[in-house]
Amino acid sequence: MSNDGQPAQDPLIDEAQAEQRRSAAARLFDIRRVIGGLFVAYGIIVTLIGIFDSRAEIDKAEGVRINLWAGLAMLVFGLLMLLWQWLRPAEAPAPNERQPDA
Amino acid sequence: MDGDGLRLNMNGLDYLILALYFVTVLGVGFAARRAIRTSVDFFLSGRSLPAWVTGLAFVSANLGALEIIGMAANGAQYGVMTVHYYWIGAVPAMVFLGIVMMPFYYGSKVRSVPEYLRLRFNRPTHLLNALSFAVAQVLIAGVNLYALALVMQALLGWPLWTAIVVGAAIVLAYITIGGLSGAIYNEVLQFFVILAGLIPVTVIGLVKVGGWNGLMDAVGDTKLGEAGLHAWQDTGSTANPLGAHWIGIVFGLGFVLSFGYWTTNFAEVQRALSAKNMSAARRTPIIAAYPKLFIPLVTVIPGLVALVTVKGLGAESGDLQYNNAIPLLMRDLLPNGVLGVAVTGLLASFMAGMAANVSGFNTVFTYDIWQAYIRRDRSDEYYLRVGRWATVAAVVIGIGTAFIAAGFSNIMNYIQALFSVFNAPLFATFIIGMFWKRMSALAGFWSLLLGTLVSLSLYLLYKGGVVDFNSDLEESFWGAGLAFVTAVVVAAIVTPLTSPKRDEELRGLVYGMGGVDLKGDVLAGDAVWYRSPVLLGLIAVALAALFYIPVF
Repeated sequence: MSNDGQPAQDPLIDEAQAEQRRSAAARLFDIRRVIGGLFVAYGIIVTLIGIFDSRAEIDKAEGVRINLWAGLAMLVFGLLMLLWQWLRPAEAPAPNERQPDA
Repeated sequence: MDGDGLRLNMNGLDYLILALYFVTVLGVGFAARRAIRTSVDFFLSGRSLPAWVTGLAFVSANLGALEIIGMAANGAQYGVMTVHYYWIGAVPAMVFLGIVMMPFYYGSKVRSVPEYLRLRFNRPTHLLNALSFAVAQVLIAGVNLYALALVMQALLGWPLWTAIVVGAAIVLAYITIGGLSGAIYNEVLQFFVILAGLIPVTVIGLVKVGGWNGLMDAVGDTKLGEAGLHAWQDTGSTANPLGAHWIGIVFGLGFVLSFGYWTTNFAEVQRALSAKNMSAARRTPIIAAYPKLFIPLVTVIPGLVALVTVKGLGAESGDLQYNNAIPLLMRDLLPNGVLGVAVTGLLASFMAGMAANVSGFNTVFTYDIWQAYIRRDRSDEYYLRVGRWATVAAVVIGIGTAFIAAGFSNIMNYIQALFSVFNAPLFATFIIGMFWKRMSALAGFWSLLLGTLVSLSLYLLYKGGVVDFNSDLEESFWGAGLAFVTAVVVAAIVTPLTSPKRDEELRGLVYGMGGVDLKGDVLAGDAVWYRSPVLLGLIAVALAALFYIPVF
């Protein structure tokens, strides 16, 4: 291949590019599962607190059952994250295409 | 005892929510570890991340200590004008970074912002920028850590040193173990936790004051008055809460300060460099611009609510300082449960800020100082080890500067302000270098050095009382503007006197020289219209303009 379309070369960067072939980052886990899991847990805890909220706690929040609503909202958000991951799983790690074409 | 007035009534369930978060953050660090084999994995996440992840990390890296607490404080102090920091002071620069500058950053495969300077100009320019960036990052990490500890002390009653060590240990653990992936994945998580913490405060606050209209009416009766409800109306002079003329807002904040910060700050740009291809890298800051448009809803509104509902807010010292706007609302309005989520969100924001500083530092230290000037030609494993040790060193120095900050909190604020002014000459040097191929290597060095010296001198003269400005903000507008002009003039004078770089050395680095492939590693799905960086960017800027209409 000719060098057309390639940026200027630099030895330090070329080394790093070569090392990138060994990269293991393509096997990264999916953060959506972590976010979904944490928010489902938060949602369950806070919703339960909200169900058993006393009058004093509801009055503190200006009469809004904030624990109940916030808990349910976090639960739904967490489930949506998990659903998104389930419907569109991470693309299979493509064979490393970024190798220089030398 | 000082601080007792802010103490939150946390119960066991609140602490359970906080503990779950800490465990998850560390778990993400360990999970990210499996994906680290090379230094590129550690410092740039193997350039493998999707755009929505890097985009949310980009905005989260900026949601640090000063952002949440500080912008709510500004909301209470300056009113609606605070939105300038978002809609003109951030969004246009983020879009510019994605559309115009990212092709050069990502396309040239540089591993850091200083490295771009080494290729475009020369090693002295590179070293100057690498050193000043590294020093700034550890100092700012210390400031973030100190702010984190102060909040934990005031809200939870933890002793200052316990809070500093615990905060530092968690950040250290997940970055040393998980590298940039650990930092970035946690930033995405932190983004959502921060929002989950702030939204309930905002909602209940609005209920308390009778909704948006009730808030507008009530603000009119405060010391801020009617002027606190308008972003532009009184900017024909400096007789407005911010004390800024519209020219200063547009050119000082909207152009020089904001472009300087968003386009050259490696702690931000690093997130985009870790994206998996050119399209994702360009979309990173643009995707980040969308949440940025809406963040004032959960910072400025609580600030205004606090101004209306907390009697005596705005004291010089003690519990009723503007900086306590959000903690005070949390204390007054949130019952246990959402209170735990809100505290977790606040701590998450401090960690996100510090982690961005530390992960920016370890990359620049390893690639731009150690590898470039101290130990060349070692194995990749060697630099990976250096990176891990640099992380440890950064956090330990951060702890040290946090304790210094505890003694001189004003001085640390000044240092932070100062480094923000350093960004202006850096941006000038970058933007000329990217678009004017004739600009010589020596011109780059002298533009950067003299521009920095000018902003530094003006700052010291202002602090020494020799030069007078209406406010710190006005000084930073002028300092940044003057530094920018200096850098431009120096480049124009030095360049004709020195020899240019050869064309082939500038491929991929300078506009019009070729070597930039906008379709690099493109995936099939990236060609669809709704993933076009230019279209997404223009929509973001248009939204920012539209958002001003109701608060003009």
